[in-house]
Amino acid sequence: MLDVRGLRVEFGGRTAAVRGASLRVSKGETHCLVGESGCGKSVTALAVMNLLARGAKRDAEVLSFAGQDLLRLSDSRMSRLRGDRMAMIFQEPMTSLNPAYTVGSQMTEVLRRHRGTPRAQAVDRAAELLGLVGITAPGMRLGQYPHQLSGGLRQRVMIAMALMCDPELLVADEPTTALDVTVQAQILRLLATLRRDLGLGILLITHDLGVVARVADRVSVMYAGEVVESAPTAELFAAPRHPYTRGLLRCVPVPGKTRRGEPLGSIPGVVPRIPPGFRGCAFRDRCEHAAPNCAGAVPRRPAGPEHEFLCTLPADWTLREAAA
Amino acid sequence: MSEALTAPGDGATGRRLAFLLGALIVGVVALAAVLGPSITPHDPFAQDLGKRLVVPFWMEGGGREHPLGTDQLGRDYLARLIYGARISMVIGVLTVVASGLIGTTLGVLGGFFGGRIDDLVLFAITCRLSIPVVLVALAVVGLMGNSFTLVILVLGLLLWDRFAVVARSTTMQVRNLDYVSAAWCAGSSSFSMLVREVLPNIATHLAVVATLEMALAILLEAALSFLGLGVPPPLPSWGLMIAEAKDYMFFSPWVIMVPGVALFALVFGINLLGDGLREMLGTQDAR
Amino acid sequence: MTAAPAIEARGLRRVFRVRQGLFAEPRQVVAVDDVSFSVPAGSVLGVVGESGCGKSTLARLILGLLPPSAGDVLVDGKRLAELDRRARARLIQPVFQDPFASLNPRRRVKDIVAMPLAAQGDVPSAAMASRVAEMLARVGLSEEQGERYPAQLSGGQRQRVAIARALVLRPRIVVCDEPTSALDVSVQAQILNLLAELRRELGLTYLFISHNLAVVEHVASEVAVMYLGRIVERSEAEALFRAPGHPYTRALLASVLTPEPGLGVPDVGLGDAMPDPANIPPGCRFHPRCPQAFDRCPREAPAAWATAGGFAECHLLEPTAPAGLAGAGASQRQLAR
Repeated sequence: MLDVRGLRVEFGGRTAAVRGASLRVSKGETHCLVGESGCGKSVTALAVMNLLARGAKRDAEVLSFAGQDLLRLSDSRMSRLRGDRMAMIFQEPMTSLNPAYTVGSQMTEVLRRHRGTPRAQAVDRAAELLGLVGITAPGMRLGQYPHQLSGGLRQRVMIAMALMCDPELLVADEPTTALDVTVQAQILRLLATLRRDLGLGILLITHDLGVVARVADRVSVMYAGEVVESAPTAELFAAPRHPYTRGLLRCVPVPGKTRRGEPLGSIPGVVPRIPPGFRGCAFRDRCEHAAPNCAGAVPRRPAGPEHEFLCTLPADWTLREAAA
Repeated sequence: MSEALTAPGDGATGRRLAFLLGALIVGVVALAAVLGPSITPHDPFAQDLGKRLVVPFWMEGGGREHPLGTDQLGRDYLARLIYGARISMVIGVLTVVASGLIGTTLGVLGGFFGGRIDDLVLFAITCRLSIPVVLVALAVVGLMGNSFTLVILVLGLLLWDRFAVVARSTTMQVRNLDYVSAAWCAGSSSFSMLVREVLPNIATHLAVVATLEMALAILLEAALSFLGLGVPPPLPSWGLMIAEAKDYMFFSPWVIMVPGVALFALVFGINLLGDGLREMLGTQDAR
Repeated sequence: MTAAPAIEARGLRRVFRVRQGLFAEPRQVVAVDDVSFSVPAGSVLGVVGESGCGKSTLARLILGLLPPSAGDVLVDGKRLAELDRRARARLIQPVFQDPFASLNPRRRVKDIVAMPLAAQGDVPSAAMASRVAEMLARVGLSEEQGERYPAQLSGGQRQRVAIARALVLRPRIVVCDEPTSALDVSVQAQILNLLAELRRELGLTYLFISHNLAVVEHVASEVAVMYLGRIVERSEAEALFRAPGHPYTRALLASVLTPEPGLGVPDVGLGDAMPDPANIPPGCRFHPRCPQAFDRCPREAPAAWATAGGFAECHLLEPTAPAGLAGAGASQRQLAR
């Protein structure tokens, strides 16, 4: 449904934020884009929605949604598509909800603008969706202002608002990062239900590997503007190939698995800033397997069906290392 | 992530130019004020009644001898303008120093300690805001006779309110930041917390206020001098020059234009400088 | 145990008055309500809970940044209120959450680290410089980085600076308030490892506040679970994660998403009633969200009952409670607190 190939985003010729990222989201699939801050995952989402700040340059080999070429779409047609067939939710709902209007008027506005639905019908739809996202007493909530809601409720309202026009694709940028764990679990369950019941395709952007493991069908790991590894979820966690993915997985303490009090695995150094025209593997400064040829062209290696990674190491290097 | 999203806006270079222009204007005036006598061949007080109202160089009959012409008493206008710059700058700077000291001290103390002290500071600010500056200045100078020091004293003692308000609110913000908490936990004294942790971090905000107040002080001095209650003649204040020129403005328009344009340019330049400072402040906070 | 505990809280309570409108009566918000605990020297007490549960207020009370409305904090057996600030500084130091707000942007790293030494007022400048250099090296920063300003460092490096500043006076206790929440996972691991190493080497005691249970499980020897200002369960860490006593603790543990694919997202079953510290429910304060609440819960505040590794405040743990609901290992006696 969403097909992105070779996406590039540059800011003013100084920073290459996204360098040839590719990913696909099918109908009814949750695709997680995971990476640390500054890896370009949010920029990728914004580039797909054509919401980049002015001064950013977007370029791609393919950028299509449901057969439409998003690169050629005019701004006005793109904004008609956005909020209608593809919707986005953000980390902090307060920045995307207007504090001066009630929840109800903001939700109905979406439908009236895109579909010209009469007010009464739009209100019914809004109440129905608030119920669907698990908000009790939707009638009362419609009359409330965003600041009267808790963080979890606001995020539910954002999701309900995104669903007003029955989108086919939902792009969610860190939708649960600002929430408490208990509320996070509720919101993620909600997204999973929506995907199952409505056949929604979800592009979920997160830095939390726990979230990825529990909700994703497919995972793309981003580092310094590139998708360095992409695989079905179970396979990525069972047999990660890229040294960065492996390092990242070792960093996370898992109750019951990591030994208490023992040092966690960690990746030395920090995410670098990549100037345009950079060559070679961007991870090589932090990589324990770095070799001289990492400064040259880096091949994309298949490591199984639907599983590929961007590295100079051979596809079966993990097995060889384990044997050695 | 957010740093990647804020690409430089289109207005950035324009704003930098404005800031540079402001710095240039203020720099030229300040230089003239400092160098003063050494750059003009004429004495600004020397009258020459034979050469009254000589026209400036851009008008027919103007010459190199008096590039900006002379006034109604035959005094060289360029020399008077440069001396006037000195008076404007001295008044502007000294007023800002005095009012800045008073306002910042009050504001920082109120914002940092809160409670009773803050109540007192707020009360002082409210009292000050209910005093009409111009009227009080007029009354004081009218009662005590006009002098250079009195003008500075009156303005310095009256214009501290904005310093106090800004210092108080920014101090309250900074006080709640974790680095001040850390200094508290480290056992730093209140004085050292104020000087090392708070003041350096509100200094840029105060610098913006200083530019605004300086422009205001220069304008107020000009207004007082125009009314004959500011700097006493024959000191060549720009306001006084405008006042003296107003009788001749129909036949010799440059005598009022020259100090008027100078005053406008200086205040304009100071404000550009302030805007630029604020702009840099904003981007720095975002970074 | 004969030595005094490193930190002891006795009946700590902190009330804030919040004005709702110009003429409205100020309302009372009880941020911390009758909290008592002690942390033996050399151990780590993890404090967990959702936002607004009072864990950060607790940290500020223990640091002395806020005076308690009632109760006492004892540090190393001495009443905090009676110590002067320099003496406190030599005993207890903070590491805050956001390394972008906890370092003065206008001072060089080495001056930031030297600040606690300078505040003592009796450290000669040569000794100061050498201790700062030693401390910077210990947390993994170069001499050259000491000359920089915080804005020139990454998040992880800044948190190292904050740790160096906290430890330069060689305190015995460090209060870590969400020290890794603002960091990326790869950097979080570096900082957690550093904190663990330093604790072993210097024999430090930590009060470790976090919303991340997986992190707390990794570092803490004992855990306190806070809900609306009260410690609703306190337990030896290993037992807490194996057999949580309080329904709230169980819900918190269930919501931890470990990176294990195929398990799906758990149903926490807490409903959407959010806790509001300005409006604390009567009886058991957790009852509006508790999936196991019964008729006693809204009426009667629960006492502390023993669990496998400590105690929890829940009626279900009372030996006479409805059968089958009691947590594993609940003993017969009510704990004297």
